[in-house]
Amino acid sequence: MAKVKLQVEHLHTVFTRDGKSTPVLEDISLEVGEGEFVCLLGPSGCGKSTLLSTMAGFLSPTSGEVKIDGEVVSGPDPRRIFVFQERGVFPWLTVEGNIAFGLFHLTRPEREQRVAHYIKMVGLEGFEKAYPPALSGGMKQRLEVARALAVNPDMLFLDEPFGALDSITRLIMRGELLRIWEAERKTIIFVTHDIDEAVQLADRVVVMSARPATIQQIVDIDIPHPRDISSSRYLELRDGIFRQIGLAHRI
Amino acid sequence: MIVRLRPIVLIAVLLVAWQVAVTWHPIHLLPTPWAVVGGIGDLLQHGLLLKYVVASLFRVTWGFVLGVVLAVPLGLVIGWNRRAEMAFNPLIQILRPISPLAWIPIAILWFGVGDLSAIFLIFLGCFFPLLLTAMNAVRGIPAVYLNAGRNFGLRPAALVSRVLFPAVIPQLIVGMRITLGVAWLVVVAAEMIAVNSGLGFLIVDARNAGNRYDLVVAGMVIIGVIGLLLDLGMRSLEQVKSLRWSYSED
Amino acid sequence: MNSLAEPKKWERFFWPVLASALFLALWHYSVVWTATRIFPSPHDVEKGIAELIHKKVLWRDIIDSLRRVAIGFGAAAAIGIPLGLTLGWYPAANQVVNPVLQILRPISPIAWIPVAIILLGVGDHAATSLIFLGAFFPIVVACVDGVSNVPSVFRLAGRNFGLGPTRLLTQVVFPAALPKIIVGLRIALGIAWLVVVAAEMVAVDSGLGYLVIDSRNAGKRYDLVVAAMLIIGLIGLVLDTAFRRLETIKSVRWGFRDES
Repeated sequence: MAKVKLQVEHLHTVFTRDGKSTPVLEDISLEVGEGEFVCLLGPSGCGKSTLLSTMAGFLSPTSGEVKIDGEVVSGPDPRRIFVFQERGVFPWLTVEGNIAFGLFHLTRPEREQRVAHYIKMVGLEGFEKAYPPALSGGMKQRLEVARALAVNPDMLFLDEPFGALDSITRLIMRGELLRIWEAERKTIIFVTHDIDEAVQLADRVVVMSARPATIQQIVDIDIPHPRDISSSRYLELRDGIFRQIGLAHRI
Repeated sequence: MIVRLRPIVLIAVLLVAWQVAVTWHPIHLLPTPWAVVGGIGDLLQHGLLLKYVVASLFRVTWGFVLGVVLAVPLGLVIGWNRRAEMAFNPLIQILRPISPLAWIPIAILWFGVGDLSAIFLIFLGCFFPLLLTAMNAVRGIPAVYLNAGRNFGLRPAALVSRVLFPAVIPQLIVGMRITLGVAWLVVVAAEMIAVNSGLGFLIVDARNAGNRYDLVVAGMVIIGVIGLLLDLGMRSLEQVKSLRWSYSED
Repeated sequence: MNSLAEPKKWERFFWPVLASALFLALWHYSVVWTATRIFPSPHDVEKGIAELIHKKVLWRDIIDSLRRVAIGFGAAAAIGIPLGLTLGWYPAANQVVNPVLQILRPISPIAWIPVAIILLGVGDHAATSLIFLGAFFPIVVACVDGVSNVPSVFRLAGRNFGLGPTRLLTQVVFPAALPKIIVGLRIALGIAWLVVVAAEMVAVDSGLGYLVIDSRNAGKRYDLVVAAMLIIGLIGLVLDTAFRRLETIKSVRWGFRDES
């Protein structure tokens, strides 16, 4: 495996509210290599979003630490951009404005060049001057990804980014994301509750249990891209995870 | 605990600053906080405070209730019917920005100087805000609620009482709270100009009849406190559970 | 949303015209039937307006009223917006200052008149300071509300992109809060317009409010009273409409989904 990019060491997180404490993450340890695409998979509410937020530096763990490039994470940083579920797009800026948002340290021509490049990459040509309310859900999601990529981060954290989209758009967006990832090899950590999505996208799937979350299993997806989703290896891996989570095969 | 005391500390500091400022540089006639307290005591002693407060509250209540009774049903109807809204909108838009106080000459013409005039002015001050609140509330009802009601076979009357009304009540209550605040502002102004009793009158009279500015400011303080109490009272209505459905995270 | 068919285009003019015509007719005939000699009929009012325009008093009064509103409202915005933004951004500060605001807010600007007169004397200054008081509180409240309700996603994203506190405030919090601030300003302007009329009835001797009172006092000219009232209504409407135009600007429109 390539060199280690992100390390989680014995992470515990406990939420306290009104005097009651709820353990959310229990003894999470994980290593992610540079350029890897890792999925955090688990049922809703299990704590995977909390883990992602902690990795991105938005939350502090109760104990344990997260290290990126050997440095302990103590806050958010433009080198690792978090992509929310399309609601993170700024509605008061145009598509161009949003993508240019993090580029305030560049000169004007540099900025414009970058923005044009990423608009093309995510396929939003023609919508440069449009405002987010005029865009569809899928387009807003692409905009958010473009905005994230424009600052050239090392890592991307995506929190169920396709959750609000219809299933057809979701399939298309998965392909888009992989295409972008192959063009600019960032380290990606992707949270989802969709087993198929995880197996289709990730190099490794981290299967998490329900709250308090622990790592149940880490599955290596050794199928090269583009993945045939009817191939026997794909189904084997996917069913393996099904079984791990304890789900029935018939409805 | 200490955190809760901070606002009180601020108020105390302001009061001390006021006292000091006026004692050092006596602005002719401006009273110190202490004098104001004395003024309140004075009013209590002479039984005037209670009398004036009751007079003002009486007018507010009547004007406000009249406003609710007339404006809310009318607003619900107009908001419901697109054509009615189209018809009445220009009239409403022109009459709305006219300060109730601008109606004073007409009020005096129609009702003379006295309680009725004041109630009329308060009614006017309440009417348009309540009308608009009701109109907006009806327009904001999600179509799904109405469709569900129809789906279950509700007749128009039942649709109104079992779907429309509950759906608009949270917004109506907020609107009523804000309008009550307006009513309180109007009554004071109306009493300063058009009647001979009440807290507004107290302010004008105290000044005219002898420059008793301690009573003037005492009156202002009492007005502020009662206005605040009215507002808090209405807010507690908003807390009633069966009405709370639309306040997600207050 | 109601069960009738979609109104046709011509109906957009038909209904308002019909309603207004009925209203005017009702007014006119009430005057005729009650044989009142004081209350004006629509026609009297029309003549009154012409008279006011002719005598040139009207323009001076309108300008005076607008000027006071401009100064009072402008000052309220200049002080209220920064204050409101600060209080919204630092909840601790808000917790301390808010009770003071809540106590002062219900005191009608008109009730402040005697104090204003002591401190500033009779005249323009008193009127403008009353307008300031009337507009100040809604503006502060709207700013606090706008800032504290900025969805946390936006602030998190801003921090994520490495924005320092100043940039965060100017490039994320302020634009996100702007729709609410604009609504607050519009409401405050409406209040300012109400207050100026009231203030002019009591504390100064020019302006539209003064015109209303004076027309009655100086000769029971109720036709001029109603004429002045209508003009007040009209200008108030124009101010409100102009503000609503602001709300349609694209970079702000996202915050107004369903405005009346």
